[in-house]
Amino acid sequence: MTAVSPTAAPAPRADLPAGGAAGAAARPAGVRRKWTEHGLVFVTPFLLIYALFLLWPLVYGAGMSLTSQNITGTGAEFTGLDNYAEAVRDPAMWSSLWNTVWFTVLSTVPLVIIGLVLALLAHQLRVVQWLWRISWFAPFMLPSSVVCLLFAQMIFPSGFGFADQLLAEFGLEPGIGWLTDARYAMLSVVLTTVWWTVGFNFLLYLAALQSIPQHLYEAAELDGASAWKRLWHITLPMLRRTTGLVLVLQVLASLKIFDQVYLMTGGGPDDSTRPVLQYVYQQGFTGYRIGYASAVSYIFFALILLVSLVQPWLARRKEDSK
Amino acid sequence: MTALSAVFARTRRGAAERDGGRKARWTPGRFALLAVALLLALVWLLPLAWALATSFKPESETTKTPLEWIGSTVTFDAYERVWSVGDIPVWMFNSFVTASATTLLTVTTCAMAAYGFTRTDFRGRKVLYGVVLAGIMVPPQVLIAPLFVEMVQLGLVDTYWGVILPQVAVPAMVFILVKFFEGVPRELEEAAYVDGAGRWRVFWTIVIPLSRPVLSAVAIFTFITTWNNFLWPFLVTTDPDGMTLPVGLVNVLSSYGVRYAQVMASLVIAGLPLLVIFMLFQRQIVRGIAHTGLAGQ
Repeated sequence: MTAVSPTAAPAPRADLPAGGAAGAAARPAGVRRKWTEHGLVFVTPFLLIYALFLLWPLVYGAGMSLTSQNITGTGAEFTGLDNYAEAVRDPAMWSSLWNTVWFTVLSTVPLVIIGLVLALLAHQLRVVQWLWRISWFAPFMLPSSVVCLLFAQMIFPSGFGFADQLLAEFGLEPGIGWLTDARYAMLSVVLTTVWWTVGFNFLLYLAALQSIPQHLYEAAELDGASAWKRLWHITLPMLRRTTGLVLVLQVLASLKIFDQVYLMTGGGPDDSTRPVLQYVYQQGFTGYRIGYASAVSYIFFALILLVSLVQPWLARRKEDSK
Repeated sequence: MTALSAVFARTRRGAAERDGGRKARWTPGRFALLAVALLLALVWLLPLAWALATSFKPESETTKTPLEWIGSTVTFDAYERVWSVGDIPVWMFNSFVTASATTLLTVTTCAMAAYGFTRTDFRGRKVLYGVVLAGIMVPPQVLIAPLFVEMVQLGLVDTYWGVILPQVAVPAMVFILVKFFEGVPRELEEAAYVDGAGRWRVFWTIVIPLSRPVLSAVAIFTFITTWNNFLWPFLVTTDPDGMTLPVGLVNVLSSYGVRYAQVMASLVIAGLPLLVIFMLFQRQIVRGIAHTGLAGQ
């Protein structure tokens, strides 16, 4: 955009808004801000839907969690904090919470690291970009049900599944209960998730890599820095903000795990993979205890809030301590 | 013709500048990187290739071991069977209607709201914007129980609106658009006001066309997520005729029993629309996602 000299711009009207600091500074001192209500016309459609389908359910759900309401909305009786008290003492709630956290830990690490490695490769090679995009990003465009059914029905079944057949090709022992053995079920879900969603992080990193100023590398090369040194001292430090972003987005996405487990293992074997959302679904939609399900969701929500609030605080502390 | 070649020359020059004005040399190290990348690309493509291969096999050979990519004959039987049963076209239509409507409503309401928050002033503007921003923290999945009861009460279960409405008001999209509008210089708009245009005219004839790149990014992103969404449509539709593609697949595939070729053919058909969209809009999608994600910084 070409620079427009400020004096050439028409004087701002008093009722024109003041989004940025520049706008505020340009307004002559002493002129009172005139409220113009037609701004409301612009925000109303959004706010209506937002209030009806986000704010209201949020409040309503909080209320519901204090009742013994069932799925049809009838039979509600105020029970106070009973649902919460029961949830806290419910081992199934804790195990589903633990499974969710465990899945988040197991999936976030490879999703961030592999995403970064793939982006570095694609950026460094600068050839056949379409091939990298199609192979690493295209799976992200598939619906979760397509991905999960593919892995559950063709890749992971014991014996004839593709994974077992590959193992046999390499002379390894096939017959692993990928989805039926409690030792491997969660790992198989993680593998599927990594395959399916790593493309998103790959793209975020690729965009970040492309925006690193080229002259940094040229200067480093003149100084005789090796490729490794350039990676270590320029590229990775320049990616720090992106890594923070990718990490937060990934943790929040992983905490919401539902589709993969529901479609691939049904939460089994022995509930060893069942995450919170599936427990909420089971309690509310198949067990008809929607009041109790709401209480569990709110405990989960509190966990997510905690993660999103603590993360920036940790990051700030780290920056301050430097 | 000359204009075209000029454009080509320019993009080529652009690429050269981006590469630091020199061509990368093919050192042994770079060959090694290429080999690693090709191997990883292969690993990522294998599951898709296996699905495709299975869908062309005769049903009796789908579970044969050891590994065989191509059966005794290549057959389209599975595709014909799956398509002629007739559910998949219905689900595809439902997905198309609900994803398009959600996208249209999301882009319109979010763009208007973002404009309202950045370029107009009204009582309570800051408070309302704060309330919208706070919504980013609410994972939609946590709302499923109360939202479902609300849908029952409104009589929206098994309707298109029941699928569409809860997916529309996305606070993150407002945030992205606000960040974009804040960076757009006001001079154009102010000149139009001086010429006597009203808010609406300015919004539709100046702001919207100016924001086409970011709006299409938001639109593509919304379309992808709503087309692929599973949990909400799964909860709010019980009638197979009203299901979206991802939900319908799950609902009916179990009844196929062990007909793996048909299952894989269904998956290929279901996966194709967005893969085609991806091929067509590669650049916009890549830019859109990069932008959407990075706007959080």
